[in-house]
Amino acid sequence: MTTSTSSQSLWQRVTAPLSSGPAAYGFLALYVLACSVLLLTNPRTELSTDIVFVLFMLSMLVAYRSRVAGWFKVVLGVVALGVVLPYFGTLNPFYIDVATQAGIFTALALGLNVVVGFAGLLDLGYVAFFAVGAYAWGIFSTPQISEINPAWGPVDPVMFYPFLIIGLILGLITGVLLGLPVLRLRGDYLAIVTLGFGEVIRVVANNLDRPINITNGSQGIRAIERPPLIIVDQIRNLGIVADDNRLYQLFFYYLVLIIVLLTVIVVARLKHSRIGRAWEAIREDEVAAVAQGIPRVRMKLMAFAIGASFAGVMGVVFASKQLFINPPTFDLLRSINILAMVILGGMGSIPGAMLGAIIVTMLDLQILPRIAAVLREAQAAGAPIPRQFDPTQYQRLLFGLLLVVMMIFRPEGLWPDERRREEQHEVEIADEELEADKAAK
Amino acid sequence: MAVDATVAPTTARRSLGEVLGVVFGPVGQLLAFIVGSAASLSLIVVVLALILSPAQPDMMQRVLIILPQVIIDGLVRGFLFATIALGYTMVYGVLEFINFAHGEIFMIGGVVGATVSFLLVSAGTLESVPPLVFVLLVILVAMAFCGILAVTVERIAYRPLRNAPRLVPLISAIGMSLILQDLARLVMTSTPLGFNARYQTPNFGQPIQLFTMEVGERSVPVILIPRDLIFIVAATIMLVVLNYVVNATKLGKAIRATAQDMPTASLMGIDVNRIIALTFLIGGALGGAAGALFGLRIGTVNPYMGLIPGLKAFTAAVLGGIGNITGAMVGGVVLGFLEAFVAAYLSIFTAGNFSGAAYADVAAFSILILLLIFRPSGLLGEATTQKV
Repeated sequence: MTTSTSSQSLWQRVTAPLSSGPAAYGFLALYVLACSVLLLTNPRTELSTDIVFVLFMLSMLVAYRSRVAGWFKVVLGVVALGVVLPYFGTLNPFYIDVATQAGIFTALALGLNVVVGFAGLLDLGYVAFFAVGAYAWGIFSTPQISEINPAWGPVDPVMFYPFLIIGLILGLITGVLLGLPVLRLRGDYLAIVTLGFGEVIRVVANNLDRPINITNGSQGIRAIERPPLIIVDQIRNLGIVADDNRLYQLFFYYLVLIIVLLTVIVVARLKHSRIGRAWEAIREDEVAAVAQGIPRVRMKLMAFAIGASFAGVMGVVFASKQLFINPPTFDLLRSINILAMVILGGMGSIPGAMLGAIIVTMLDLQILPRIAAVLREAQAAGAPIPRQFDPTQYQRLLFGLLLVVMMIFRPEGLWPDERRREEQHEVEIADEELEADKAAK
Repeated sequence: MAVDATVAPTTARRSLGEVLGVVFGPVGQLLAFIVGSAASLSLIVVVLALILSPAQPDMMQRVLIILPQVIIDGLVRGFLFATIALGYTMVYGVLEFINFAHGEIFMIGGVVGATVSFLLVSAGTLESVPPLVFVLLVILVAMAFCGILAVTVERIAYRPLRNAPRLVPLISAIGMSLILQDLARLVMTSTPLGFNARYQTPNFGQPIQLFTMEVGERSVPVILIPRDLIFIVAATIMLVVLNYVVNATKLGKAIRATAQDMPTASLMGIDVNRIIALTFLIGGALGGAAGALFGLRIGTVNPYMGLIPGLKAFTAAVLGGIGNITGAMVGGVVLGFLEAFVAAYLSIFTAGNFSGAAYADVAAFSILILLLIFRPSGLLGEATTQKV
C-alpha cells in the first residue's frame, strides 16, 4: 500500500507539470507531432510502427486527461484523428482498417456500456441487435430480397444512408421486444436469458433458408452493397489518384468516426441527465429506486432499447464494410468480446469503454498476430512450442483471462467511472483523503 | 469432519424405513414425471396427427411408428440434462450463483474419458478389458478429475469474490468457462487426441431389441443400444446415491444447512468454505461423469461441446426449480422429452419445412424464457422447500 502511494506520487510529480499550465500545451503538441512524424515516415507494417501507432492512440487519451483548454483538445483530436490517421491510412491500409474496426467496436462498447454499465443489466446477447442491423442491410441491398418475394428487387445503394436510421429503429424495436418480457428478471437470470436469445437469433439466421429463403442460411449473404461515394468526383478533380478500395476505406473510417462522435455525445448527455441518474439509482438499489418513484421497467427498457439501437446502426455499417455476413459472425464470442471491452475499461465509464474497445481491438488485430509471428520464429529456431499453438486462435483464452483477472483484481476497470470507483473503494479513498489532509497541514 | 461436532447428540437415529423413504421418495417423484411427461407429449403428437391426418393420410402411421424410439431418446437426453443440472442446482442452492463454467466441466469430463480410452488403446489392452470395467474406469477417472477441477476453479475464480455484487462472480465464471474451453483445445490439439477426440470402446454387444412396433402393414423393431442402457443405468445410480448423501447423511445435513442460511450454519460450527468446496466437488464429479457418459454415447468429444448442453441443463435446473435437487432431475427429464419430441416431430408436422434438429435448441431456450417470465420458481419451486 505504502509503496504504491509513493510511486503514485512520484508519477504525479513527473506528470503534474505536463498535465496543466502552459507546459502542457507544448508537451501535447510535441507528443502528437512526434508520433505523427514517426508514423508518416515509417509506414511499413512492423513492430516499431505498431508501437508508435499505440503511442499515437495513447496521445488522445493523454490529451483528454490533461488540463488544457477545450478548444486545444478539439484541435488536437481533429488533427490527429481527422487528418494524420487517414493520411497514414492511405500509406498503409492495414492501420486504417484497424482504426475503423476499433471505431465500430467503440460504438458497440458504448452501447453495451449503457445497458451493462449505466443500468447494471448484464446482456450476453448484445450481438443479436448487431446481427439484426447487419442482416437488414444485407438482405435489402442484395438479390437476396428477391428470394423472399420475386417481385422485389434490391434497393438502390444510396438507400444506405436512410438505412442507418432504419437499422437504428430495428435495433430499438428488437430491444423493446426482447426487453419487455425479460426485464422483470433478476440480474443473473437476465444474463442467461439474453445469452439464450443471442443463440436463438444465430440459430434462426442459420436455418431461415427454408421454407422461405430469408437469410440464406449458413451460406451467409455475399456481395453486400456499399453506398455510392458522395464526393468522389470532386476528389478526382483535385488530381488525386485513388482507387475505389482506398476511398472506401477512408469513407468508412470517417463514417465510423462521425457515428462514434455522435454516440459519445448522446451517451454523455444521457449519463448526466435525469434518465442517467435514474439508471444509476436502479443499478445501485432497485428497491430504493422504486420507492423514490422511478419507473423501473420503463427505465430498464429504455436502457435496453438505446443500447440495442447503437448496435443496429453499427450492424448496417459493418455489413456494408465487410461485404459478407454469415451466422457465425454473430456468435456468443462476439458478445463476450464486447463485454470484455466494457469490463476492461470500466463499467459505466464512457472513456473507459472507448479505451477498452481500442485496447481489445488492437490486441486482437495487431498484438496477437505479432506474438504469433514471434512464436513462429522461435519455433523455427528450435524452441519447444507446439506447432498447433497459434495465439491468434486463442482469443477465448485471452478474453477469459481478461474477465477473471479484472473481476478479481480491478472490478471497476482501467478507467473507472468516478462515482463507481468511490463506491467500490470507499475505505481506501477515505484513507487517501485523510493522508492528503495530513500532508496539507 | 467439522460437522460432527455440530449435530446434537440427542438426534435420534433414523430408522431404515425413513431413510429409504427419503432416498427413494424423490426417485418415485422422478418416475411419475417421466411417465407423465412422456404420456402427455405422446398424447399431444397423436392429437396433432389426428388434426392433420385428413390432409396426409399416412401421418398417423408415421407418427406412431417412431414414438417408442423417441421416448427412449428423450429419456437418454433427459438423464444427460439431469446429471449436468445437478451441478448447477447444488451450487446455486448454496451460493445463489450461476456457475457458468459448469458446462465446461462437463466437456472436460468427456475429454478425460477420451484420454483414458486413448491410453488403453495405445497400451494395446483395450480389447482385453471387460466392457463393464472399461465404463467404470472411464466414469471414475472423469469424476475424480472434474471434481478436483471444479474445486480448483472455485478456489481461484469464485472464492475471492464471494462478497462482491452478484454480477461480479458471474462474469468471472464466464471468463473461467472461456479459459477452460481454450485450455482443453490447447491440450487436445497438441496431443494425439486431436480437436475431435474419438472414443474407442470395447465391444458392448448387440443392440437389444425390446419389441416390434407394428402399425398397419409397417413394422419397426424398437431397439435400445447398449450405450444408451449404460447411460440410463449409470445416471440412475448417481441420482440415487446423491439423494442418499444429501438427505440421509450428516454431510448432506451440513450442505442443506449451509444452503438455508450460511451465517447461521457457520455459527453452528459448520466449516462453510469446506462445505462449499464439497458442493463443487460433488457437482463437478457429476458433471464429469455426465461428460464421460455423453462421450461414450456419442463417440467423439470436442472442446466447444459444453456450452449448449450446459445452457440446456441450466434451463432444466430452472424448470425444476433452481436450488432443488429433485427439481433438477425432473426438469432435466421433462426438457429431454420435450427436445426429443420437437426434434423428431417438427419436420413431420411442418412437411419438412423446419428441421427439427435445428429448432430443438430454439425450443429449449424459448422454454427457458417463457418459464422465467411466468413461473420463475419452476415446477417444484415453492411446493417443496427442500433446498440444496
